[in-house]
Amino acid sequence: MTLWFTVLLAAALAFALKLAGYLVPASTVEGPRRSRVISLLPVALLAGLLLTQTVGGDAGLTVDARVPAVAVAVALFALRVNFLVVVLVAAAVAAGLRALGWG
Amino acid sequence: MTTAAPEVSQAKRQALSVGLATGAYGVSFGALSVAAGFDVLQTQALSALLFTGGSQFAIVSVIGAGGNPVAAVATSTMLGVRNGLYALETSRVLGVRGLRRLAAAHVTIDESTAVGLAQATPEARRVGFWWTGLAVFAFWNLMTLAGALLGNALGDPRTWGLDAAAAAAFVGLLWPRLRSGLSVATAAVAALIALLVYSWTPAGVPVLLAALAALVIGLARPGEPEPPEPGHLDGEDPTP
Repeated sequence: MTLWFTVLLAAALAFALKLAGYLVPASTVEGPRRSRVISLLPVALLAGLLLTQTVGGDAGLTVDARVPAVAVAVALFALRVNFLVVVLVAAAVAAGLRALGWG
Repeated sequence: MTTAAPEVSQAKRQALSVGLATGAYGVSFGALSVAAGFDVLQTQALSALLFTGGSQFAIVSVIGAGGNPVAAVATSTMLGVRNGLYALETSRVLGVRGLRRLAAAHVTIDESTAVGLAQATPEARRVGFWWTGLAVFAFWNLMTLAGALLGNALGDPRTWGLDAAAAAAFVGLLWPRLRSGLSVATAAVAALIALLVYSWTPAGVPVLLAALAALVIGLARPGEPEPPEPGHLDGEDPTP
């Protein structure tokens, strides 16, 4: 039930933001500082998500097989490897290390 | 029946190739979503109704880590702000009225905006936007279903390294945005904030506090907004 609430509320708010762009004048978001914050917002959120997804654990920060997997992912994205390939390789690195008994 | 202008045919071809390429990533979202505890129907609803990749990955990551729904929705919504900015641009070239604005709004994402605005004639811009939006929507949802069914068949997500796959997906979403010193600094400060507060705040909250990095750095000095690279949208990533 809670999950459905999460899904539907997030969808409604995302749609409202998209629709707002069709209904409000552009001047609402103009101004150098305002547009800079808006363009940096996804960077900050994604960096926060990346950190918690990499070293977050139930009992505080944890270093496990995710860390080398993410290091490999960073290297592959730097080499401009396809998104889906990198995601699969990262999963394989973590799964392989765990199969060997680490992380 | 006259043949379509070459610009329009080219817009359609671009739309379909972008739709196929982007839609393919839906398989990773579907698998990660069921690994985080969403069922197949909820996973499908995220792709069909929320339909913006970064926000979808954020929700399943926050919920999968035991974060509360309010934190998940807040993160998703802040990541969706950019679609509203795209809509300001696309509303000028589409000239949509009435109820069609609802359909246009729903498919206003990185790809439809990029392909639409890149075309040379007004008609090609409209065709590029609509065809890309609908192609990405169709393939993204189809591949989400495939990924969700696959994820369900896998069993324990950690054994298959799906938690690491989710982290890698965030690297992929972040990577194209690190084009300036300011965005690199913002990412570093945000990660540091999340790291420092992780152990003594509830799940989901570290990410929200990390967002303050954008506020602090964005407001810190006067000057120009971040210029997007030519040929790129401001902050597009590989997913819708």
